[in-house]
Amino acid sequence: MRTSTRFIAGLALSLAVVAGTAACSSSSSPDSSSSDTATTSSLSGSITVFAAASLKGTFTDLAASFEKANPDVKVALSFAGSSDLVTQITEGAPADVFASADTKNMTKLTDASLTASDPVNFATNTLEIAVPTDNPASVASFQDLAKADVKTVICAPAVPCGAAALKIETATGVTLKPVSEESSVTDVLGKVTSGEADAGLVYVTDIKAAGDTVKGITFPESSEAVNTYPIATLKDSKESAIADAFVAYVTGTVGQGVLADAGFAKP
Amino acid sequence: MTRATRRYSAVPRWVIVLAALGACFTLLPLVAMATRVNWGDFGALITSESSVDALLLSLRTSVSATVLCVVFGVPMALVLARTSFPGQRVLRALVLLPLVLPPVIGGIALLATFGRRGLLGHTFEVLGIQIAFSTTAVVIAQTFVALPFLVVSLEGALRVAGTRYEAVASTLGARPTTVLRRITLPLVLPALLSGAVLSFARALGEFGATLTFAGSLQGVTRTLPLEIYLQRETDPDAAVALSLVLVVVAVLVVGLTLRTGSVDAGLARRPRLAVVTPARETHSAADGS
Repeated sequence: MRTSTRFIAGLALSLAVVAGTAACSSSSSPDSSSSDTATTSSLSGSITVFAAASLKGTFTDLAASFEKANPDVKVALSFAGSSDLVTQITEGAPADVFASADTKNMTKLTDASLTASDPVNFATNTLEIAVPTDNPASVASFQDLAKADVKTVICAPAVPCGAAALKIETATGVTLKPVSEESSVTDVLGKVTSGEADAGLVYVTDIKAAGDTVKGITFPESSEAVNTYPIATLKDSKESAIADAFVAYVTGTVGQGVLADAGFAKP
Repeated sequence: MTRATRRYSAVPRWVIVLAALGACFTLLPLVAMATRVNWGDFGALITSESSVDALLLSLRTSVSATVLCVVFGVPMALVLARTSFPGQRVLRALVLLPLVLPPVIGGIALLATFGRRGLLGHTFEVLGIQIAFSTTAVVIAQTFVALPFLVVSLEGALRVAGTRYEAVASTLGARPTTVLRRITLPLVLPALLSGAVLSFARALGEFGATLTFAGSLQGVTRTLPLEIYLQRETDPDAAVALSLVLVVVAVLVVGLTLRTGSVDAGLARRPRLAVVTPARETHSAADGS
């Protein structure tokens, strides 16, 4: 019994430590297609792009088409919350390009002189109301979110989507009484798709990406808070030529087209 | 008695080296975190309103979850250890599943059960019980992940303790509930205590299931781990300071239990059985060894 108790105690302690350090990041490196011979790119090598979680769909597509246009180039992607990524970069994670969901997090990197050049704004995003497909609380406007019988979920003011919600609250004088302040926009969306919440404030692009699982309700007050997405090559990049080319690709016509299709607006 | 004349090591040296490496792996990150603490502002960081709210909420919900774990975990351990029925092995494996399940999956499963659109959600709504985004949801999530810790440690202890004393007591006419109260539970009390402490510690650290299932609102559902996760976004100093608080609370809880000797006192307690058993049962019970 003593052995097993000790074992379990040890196991529990190590579990606790592991649980405390759990982080959420995912990376993927789509296979490049070698069949494309249309371009004559001289670039070869591989880069790692750190991008905000809300860019997952668009940047996965863009990386694949960038690889297709440059057959000798591999693009590895890592998606997480912008502030998580900034922390990883300042702690020395090997990234070549960083695309942030807000200028505040990019500023942290420029302040620390970790970017190779001035960041370029490549997209903007605004908030939209997400409701379950049957819209059980009949939400139709931003003001409806403040009603006592509407279970509204928003981001905490500490994260960009929450800061944007707060900005709109201040501008409109409507005070929301959320039942939960989540730490990421995906958590807000999750509470709405599961039907736990009657409404949530997420980005236009999140609703577009969620497809039929939620219904989006646009509101004019959303223009009070526009999130700007900057991108930059990082100073410690060993493949700065490819990194610069990728940044140009995102800010160029192809990139802008893909982003617009996903619901992003131009900066 | 005579063999202890010379000091000997039961463990080969290379095992000790590996053990030391393992210990470093576990402890070094904690030390590294402690070096990041901004001691100048430490007091202010951990006594901010949101921090205190989160700590109190964590303690309150973890205590509730531990009570629930004892209420349901002790009967579960007894049934698993003392009865046999078809499918018992499978059931044991399933009951212990939350131990190895990623907490976020636990959260999704709880949503499917207790959520507004879950299996039991409608029933609760009819009864007027609101679980979504309430402190109840936090306690449910913590109980779900912590329960196996109590069951697994208590069941093991019950098996090791054996059924001899129980059998003797019942041949002397003690009813099952009397046997449970006066023989079985006193025998495994140390394991029950350490199991309860492990459950408490697990509940205190619960993050994934709470985040998925309960939401995050100051004073209602934002427990200390959720507060740390959120603070990290804007104020890494506060996140590190609060992490240290959580580590200290966890160390205190585990340390106090080991210190009171509840884990090691198992064998020493046995003679006391003679005292707590009724006079007519004393003889047989005390002769058991």
